[in-house]
Amino acid sequence: MTAGALASETSDEMRVTKVTVADVGFVADCSGALFWEEQRLLVVSDLHLEKGSSFAARGVLLPPYDTVATLSRLAAVIARHDPRQVIALGDSFHDRTAHERLSDADREALAALQARRSWIWISGNHDPALPSDLGGVVATEVAIGPIAFRHEPTGASGEIAGHLHPKARVPTRGRSIERRCFASDGERAVMPAFGAYTGGLSIRDAAFARIFGSPGFTAHVLGDNRVHAFVASRCY
Amino acid sequence: MSTLDLFSVTPPEAADLLSRRFRDWFASRGWSPREHQLALLAKAREQRSALLIAPTGAGKTLAGFLPTLVELSGEQDRKDSHLPLKGGGRHARGRVSATERDGWGPAAGTEQAADPRPNFPPFRGKESDDRASGEEMAAEKVRPSLISTGRSVRRTGGLHTLYISPLKALAVDIARNLETPVAEMGLPIRIETRTGDTPVSRRQRQRRYPPDILLTTPEQLALLLASDDAPYLFSSLKRIVLDELHALVTSKRGDLLSLGLARLWTITPQIRAIGLSATVAEPEQLARFLVPQPGGEFASADVVTAGGAAPPVVEMLDTRERLPWSGHSARHALPEVYELIKRNKTTLVFVNTRSQAEMLFQDLWRMNDDGLAIALHHGSLDVAQRRKVEDAMAAGKLRGVVCTSSLDLGVDWGDVDLVINIGAPKGSSRLMQRIGRANHRFDEASRAVLVPANRFEVLECAVAIDAIAENAQDTPPLRTGALDVLAQHVLGCACGKPFLSDELYDEVRTSAPYAALARSDFDDVVDFVATGGYALKTYERFARIKQDKQGRWRVANPKVRQSYRLNVGTIVEETMLKVRLVRSRAGGSGSTGAIARGGRMLGEIEEVFIEGLVVGDTFVFGGEVVRYEALVEDQVYVSRANDKDAKVPSYMGGKFPLSTYLAERVRKLLDNSRAWNALPDQVHDWLSLQKKYSRVPAVRELLVETFPRGGSHYLICYPFEGRLAHQTLGMLLTRRLERARARPLGFVANEYALAVWGVGDLSFMIRQGRLDLNALFDADMLGDDLEAWLAESALMKRTFRNCAIISGLIARRFTDEEKSRRQVLFSTDLIYDVLRKHQADHVLLRAARGDAATGLLDLRRLGDMLSRVKGRITHKSLDHVSPLAVPALLEIGRESVYGEASDELLAEAAEELVREAMT
Repeated sequence: MTAGALASETSDEMRVTKVTVADVGFVADCSGALFWEEQRLLVVSDLHLEKGSSFAARGVLLPPYDTVATLSRLAAVIARHDPRQVIALGDSFHDRTAHERLSDADREALAALQARRSWIWISGNHDPALPSDLGGVVATEVAIGPIAFRHEPTGASGEIAGHLHPKARVPTRGRSIERRCFASDGERAVMPAFGAYTGGLSIRDAAFARIFGSPGFTAHVLGDNRVHAFVASRCY
Repeated sequence: MSTLDLFSVTPPEAADLLSRRFRDWFASRGWSPREHQLALLAKAREQRSALLIAPTGAGKTLAGFLPTLVELSGEQDRKDSHLPLKGGGRHARGRVSATERDGWGPAAGTEQAADPRPNFPPFRGKESDDRASGEEMAAEKVRPSLISTGRSVRRTGGLHTLYISPLKALAVDIARNLETPVAEMGLPIRIETRTGDTPVSRRQRQRRYPPDILLTTPEQLALLLASDDAPYLFSSLKRIVLDELHALVTSKRGDLLSLGLARLWTITPQIRAIGLSATVAEPEQLARFLVPQPGGEFASADVVTAGGAAPPVVEMLDTRERLPWSGHSARHALPEVYELIKRNKTTLVFVNTRSQAEMLFQDLWRMNDDGLAIALHHGSLDVAQRRKVEDAMAAGKLRGVVCTSSLDLGVDWGDVDLVINIGAPKGSSRLMQRIGRANHRFDEASRAVLVPANRFEVLECAVAIDAIAENAQDTPPLRTGALDVLAQHVLGCACGKPFLSDELYDEVRTSAPYAALARSDFDDVVDFVATGGYALKTYERFARIKQDKQGRWRVANPKVRQSYRLNVGTIVEETMLKVRLVRSRAGGSGSTGAIARGGRMLGEIEEVFIEGLVVGDTFVFGGEVVRYEALVEDQVYVSRANDKDAKVPSYMGGKFPLSTYLAERVRKLLDNSRAWNALPDQVHDWLSLQKKYSRVPAVRELLVETFPRGGSHYLICYPFEGRLAHQTLGMLLTRRLERARARPLGFVANEYALAVWGVGDLSFMIRQGRLDLNALFDADMLGDDLEAWLAESALMKRTFRNCAIISGLIARRFTDEEKSRRQVLFSTDLIYDVLRKHQADHVLLRAARGDAATGLLDLRRLGDMLSRVKGRITHKSLDHVSPLAVPALLEIGRESVYGEASDELLAEAAEELVREAMT
């Protein structure tokens, strides 16, 4: 409802925001995915599939639609960029047996996404032992050029990781807005969680300070149609 | 109401209903039983449930308990004291022996056998002829005699009376007050309270050896009912007393209580209810709450109205100062308010919000040259601190208390001789209840002064005073029971004795709020409780309640029961953050250096309030101006700010919007220019100017003004429907204006008006026929536009979260084992998004929509307004702002809302930072 609202409504094209890690520029998709154009590589992190049924098994009957919601978002971002390769950066499944609970329809949807492209499941702390019948290959980490993809961030240079579910609260006039975000300082990046039910950890948490050292890193905050960059120290 | 004449009650009547001991006790205190107290005794004797409508100070509580005290005194009419108790057996254990102090009861050491015979002295009063039919006699039950063993714990014939209060502090106070007559008359009655604070050992003892009178809360009743031994505990129950019923029934707690009552009516059909209430608009409707509703028909308890309270003397502060155009602080009138406190013994100063209370308290202290004892009381203060204030007030040590609705209810503290209401009265019944707080003598008029904080509030105060003179009530109609509360109740039932759906459905419909519940809704709720109620049947194996071969539902495992116990109740607190005072961090908002942890705890504050702040903002809390430093987990760190004024003045206009009734009266007042003469000159002149320059809206008309100002174009309308409905209207209007390419930028809503501004020249667009106001304000905005907005509305998400918690979908309290998992919690906003997309008609979304109709979004009121003004929109195209528009425009920047469009806000915030970096 600000002047900006009208600008973004008149142009349907999304503005492209880049997140740079070790001199490689990734397109930051406002769904929370990163796309490496040269490699036609799409990276998503922390899908947490079957989180709903995982809670249900413990008596919290969350709606069982998170997997289908996450997969349809994933389908949309794949359709947008048509990647040759997809990396799921760990915690793709919410618990060790989550993949067994996938419905037939979700299994088929996943297979359709994997068709005609290579697919790498990086194992995470939630899904350390993924079976081989999920399609694609399972790995603990992957290096492509100067970039290392692993689930848990170590702070190493050239690293793209997930695990922490970064989110940022941004002060605006009227109220503050809290959204998921990429955290990066040009040398390394932490990706937001992609799953429909995944919450987040504030980028002001000490966990991020340990990885980035100073609060001078950038929070690339996910808007509805574009990604907005903030100095992390100005978020909370 | 007639004036109370203490001697209008003829002695034989009193003698008939009250034994000598009671009459002597009244006399010893210099009292006579009041008419309504005797009326309730008569109702009790006739086995009728009754609703007592009485103002504060009318001896309402004593009236409610008198029938119980009389029955338990053992001096009751013989007819009330027969027939063996149902569910026998237990009396064999109830070997009661006692000494009697004054020779009225059985002799000391008498042993009660399993079948107690009437052993009370014969009643000597006249027999009433309208006595029970044979059937009623058969249904009637007798308590075994009740014998005191002196001070030690006595075994009794079981629970006789259950008292339910909306406040646990009230239950404790009432217990204390009740002890007095019981002790003074030497009645053999054991009274106990049961609240969340009651130690486990005492709770267990209460189950095994119930007191005669148990004072408790709706939540505790739900817990007691959700246990296997509920039939044992309640089988002896004769009466339930519901205090402050008018307040209880307006919320989901009322729904929960009504379901508990329905349960009790099944377990113990003989119970009768007494409701105690302030004056309400529709007593017959409220009285439905107290009796089982017979399948689709309408049944009410008898209504007893206490007469006699002198009409209150209410005036509006005729300030010498200039009346502000806007704002809610009433700072202009503070010296006059201070003078009033000084001239009276004890003054209660009511305000509408916590932050107003904070600010006013601070300002009063600044001018408190006489060192008057003035205290602060509001819901966010520490309980111990509130309690201290209440005690000081009861002891007559305070001259003034600045308070919020936190003092609307509760026992009477001290000799309050003046009530000052600062700001908008909001509703006539609400105001009358507040004024009733100045009631040190029942038959003397309460005195109140209304202090409007701005010009619109002058109108509101004026009509409120008229409404009070007419004793016109505007309490809301009885609620329709919420589905999320029903879900909680269904789970509670499954925790107790297993139930059949058909039987529970019939039982639930005996409660007034659920009398019209559709079977399909009920079945959906049971399905939700069992497996979540999802279209996909994948959760059968995770069911929380399961059916046995006979079709009875029971909890699937003990953990479900445990979780229910921890999460019972319908009060979903705003997420509160602890406020701690630390030393200021010099580095400014950008620094991340760890701030000093720990710090003195000042109290708790709503998370939503903090979310609206930026680090460095100042606000008033705990009576001082503090600076927001940091938010770490659930702790808000603030430092002492040396500023005199807080940057963030107030937030929201208080919980309650202007009542529909007062709004209508305000519109009538505006429409009647002759009546303006009674208003203060400044207001009179203001309205006259408006009439000359633009137009003053007629009663059913919607006035819409458009004008340019400072490079923007404004549209302002005056629906008088309260801030919540206006805010929703603002959200929907801006969507439509965007579509019409009027390029709106923002809007601000207050209780009376809504102002939208933007880039497009609205006057021009209307002239050109490019913008049709009738279409703009058409009720069809409640269709697709509303749908689209609800998808992203933060208010709707909050509403949904409350429903998810109350219904038991998600827990707010965890068993120890679960606590470690708290970090892997999920956001209800995300669940809302997913559920809305994949099962839009899910029972929880239906519950949330039900709440949205009357709650934070006030959709029903908006809908009513839109149909009221259909075809009655008057447009004025003006050159500049009108007098009536000034108050709303002044609020821009202070309380404006910028919609939910996050991208634009984020972009703006990012650009702002860029600009900051460039300079």
